[in-house]
Amino acid sequence: MSFQAWISEPVNWVYLAIGSAVLVSGVKVVTTQNVVRAALFLVATLGGTAGLFLMLSAEFVAWTLVLVYIGAVIVLFLFGTMITRAPMVRDTGLDNPKARPVAAVLSLLVFLTLSYTTLTAFGSTEIAQVGVPTDTRVLGEALLGRFVLPFEIVGFILLAALVGGITIARRDLNPKEEEERGSV
Amino acid sequence: MMVNQFLVVAAALFALGVYGLIVRRNAVMVLLAVELMLTAVNINLVAFEAVIRSSQAVGQVFAIFVITVAAAEVGIGLAIILMIFRNRQSANVDDFSLMKF
Repeated sequence: MSFQAWISEPVNWVYLAIGSAVLVSGVKVVTTQNVVRAALFLVATLGGTAGLFLMLSAEFVAWTLVLVYIGAVIVLFLFGTMITRAPMVRDTGLDNPKARPVAAVLSLLVFLTLSYTTLTAFGSTEIAQVGVPTDTRVLGEALLGRFVLPFEIVGFILLAALVGGITIARRDLNPKEEEERGSV
Repeated sequence: MMVNQFLVVAAALFALGVYGLIVRRNAVMVLLAVELMLTAVNINLVAFEAVIRSSQAVGQVFAIFVITVAAAEVGIGLAIILMIFRNRQSANVDDFSLMKF
């Protein structure tokens, strides 16, 4: 497909807008020298990703991403940065400047390898049925039917992570303090 | 719409995650880079699902699993960073060399 034909589809303008926003904010996530700003740029990246999911007619996954990531994980990140007393202003100690050339070369190689592989493997495969939504009922039936075992395992992982997180993060009391407080 | 345009965005996000993983010193920023990489994987899964259109939406189901595991990973990771910070007053990964050979 020629570029002229590709750019003449209005849906691809939306793609260009969202995709460039995702990439620009993604670059800012790994280059900005401000912890809070990096977390907020990650919000922009994930919001754009949710937009891409909507374009790929994955509505349920898109809103799950918005709820779980933008709603919960980012709050956790901001909480973590504030509790570790990371400076809210510009902080030059956030990066390791010596690692920058190596990291740039390595990530460029990763990008070239991945995009070369996908470009050669998929050629000009078109996405069929653009704009036809995925029935959430199908997703629910798959989760509680064919994938019920992984679903339960993931639930168990979440529970274990919850208990483990609380156990790791709580301050350990020494035996004397525990006696003073009664049974903890 | 071609599937490649989404896969290239995902590859770029993954590469950005690799860059951040190597370059960052602050442990919280390392976790942010890992999140970028997981998002790239999710884009791939959903894009493949949009091509295949399997009867059970398998790609989307796996994207949901990845999102869930990523949430658990962030919770545990931040708890560990919090505990290390409490013990050593630092969130710099270069300082955590106790288990280095």
